Amino acid sequence: MGKVAYYPGCALEGSGGPYDKSTRVLVKALGLDMETISDYNCCGAMEVKNIHPMLQTYLSSRVMALASQEMGYDAVMAPCNGCYHNLKKAEYETATSEKAMQTVQDLARKADDPVYQGDVRTLHLLEWLMEDLGIEGIKQKMKKSLNGIKIANYYGCMYTRPRQIFPEKDQGEGSESSYKPHFMDDLLGAAGAVNIDFPLKTACCGGAHTLSDSDTSTQLVLNIIQAAEDAGAEVIATECPTCHSGLEMHQIRAETEFGIKSSVKVIYFTQLLGLALGLSPRKLGVHENISDSIGLLKEKGIV
Amino acid sequence: MAIHEKSLIEPERLLNHETLVVDGVDVSGSWNTMITPRTLRDYDDDFEEIIQKYGGGENVHRCWQCGSCTNSCTMYAQNVQFNPRYWIYLTRLGLKDEILKDKDIIWQCVSCNKCTNICPKDVRPEGVMKALAHWMQDQEITEKSPSTHFDEVFWEEIYHTGRIEDASVMMGFFKRTNQPLVQEWLMVFGQRMMKYMPVAQMIKMGLNYAITPRTKSWGKTGEVLKAYVEEQKEVAHG
Ligand code: SF4
Ligand code: SF4
Repeated sequence: MGKVAYYPGCALEGSGGPYDKSTRVLVKALGLDMETISDYNCCGAMEVKNIHPMLQTYLSSRVMALASQEMGYDAVMAPCNGCYHNLKKAEYETATSEKAMQTVQDLARKADDPVYQGDVRTLHLLEWLMEDLGIEGIKQKMKKSLNGIKIANYYGCMYTRPRQIFPEKDQGEGSESSYKPHFMDDLLGAAGAVNIDFPLKTACCGGAHTLSDSDTSTQLVLNIIQAAEDAGAEVIATECPTCHSGLEMHQIRAETEFGIKSSVKVIYFTQLLGLALGLSPRKLGVHENISDSIGLLKEKGIV
Repeated sequence: MAIHEKSLIEPERLLNHETLVVDGVDVSGSWNTMITPRTLRDYDDDFEEIIQKYGGGENVHRCWQCGSCTNSCTMYAQNVQFNPRYWIYLTRLGLKDEILKDKDIIWQCVSCNKCTNICPKDVRPEGVMKALAHWMQDQEITEKSPSTHFDEVFWEEIYHTGRIEDASVMMGFFKRTNQPLVQEWLMVFGQRMMKYMPVAQMIKMGLNYAITPRTKSWGKTGEVLKAYVEEQKEVAHG
């Protein structure tokens, strides 16, 4: 695939800082190349579609147009599930509805924005790594092993649903599955982790209502944490800043408000892969996670 | 036939008999529950069309009541009163009063899209939940839900600058919903976040909060989008 345009989105600039940091150093250490879309706008997250669905379609298409028209890329890589989902949805809406494409283009002309031509493909970071390097490519770069650390890989809702907007998934061998995603399992498995059978891979963490209906979110997060612990996981690996902060926030809320303690650690998959490449925890922002995993990583001989 | 979803029928209309003889036949046992019949007059023929005009509600007419949405629903697993299939059914029949019995929970849909993923008829139930919630707010049947406030704070920030900043959206939301700005669990979260945060990033986040990051090329994009949304609302709801 070569070089891609990197779309960090707002979360990676804010609370998802460690994810941005670990993504950048990991990509570099793997010898891949990307360029940040410097003047990007928000994709609308989960919120603006409720004001009007076209807002979300437009905001996402604007990002894709910046990448193709201003920077000359045909692929945008987003590590955030929310951004990835929204860009994919906009791709789908504009490709399947002439009216949607027309509206997007009209609005762009009115706003003096670059005009989206339907010529950009969006990838999640997981997909990019699998497509460009694959399991063998990753294995070759490994300097250390994750020493059998037991991981529950958590993908969340937006990476897989609704499956209509992800045409590359569910295409048989080698492709990602929307029912039982496995790219993160594949990558971390190649790095020496033990993937445990975790039934809630694509369950919802209640991210949409983290603050507006905290009780529901705490309950949903507890379901995920408890299922992971019951299955014997030491770590929940994440690939989305919203899921990651949601798990961390509500793990704390469960502890402070309901006295329910859990010991499973929440770590970005980029940080785990980076450790296996021999990068330091500091460079990967492992200390900046709220979930304090250094003790466990030391015990396992990973750091 | 067994009565499914008995919980959806008002208790006073369920007649349970110890023993029951109908036309001389003893039907005691599993046939001993009857429902008092009634004539419906409280339906609104136009209701389905009204919901279709809300973003997300467009495909509600396609539902064939298979129940897959409710069966897969994250919120149904938390609370069996949260029942997308049933609300879609009532929407199609125009039985607004029945829907209003659940007015306080419809907004709780977490947008996990399990329903939309599984629906064999592309109804997009997640969108219908949002459409129903917005209709109720527009009709002033319910107050604006916390999640609507959140959406509005979020959109306003994008409208002005093209981007959002976590802390200022959060503060804006708490102000608007009259919640205390400092909640204990969030304080603990904040403290743990600061514990190892590099100084440079702390300064950056602080600056971001003070001066929300701006998309330089944003220009008149916000204005154009706002005008579009207003125009579309005018077309849909007059
Ligand atoms: S899954 Fe679709 S068709 Fe089936 S009941 Fe739900 S909305 Fe109707
Ligand atoms: S999107 Fe809402 S209605 Fe659909 S399954 Fe999730 S919680 Fe239920």
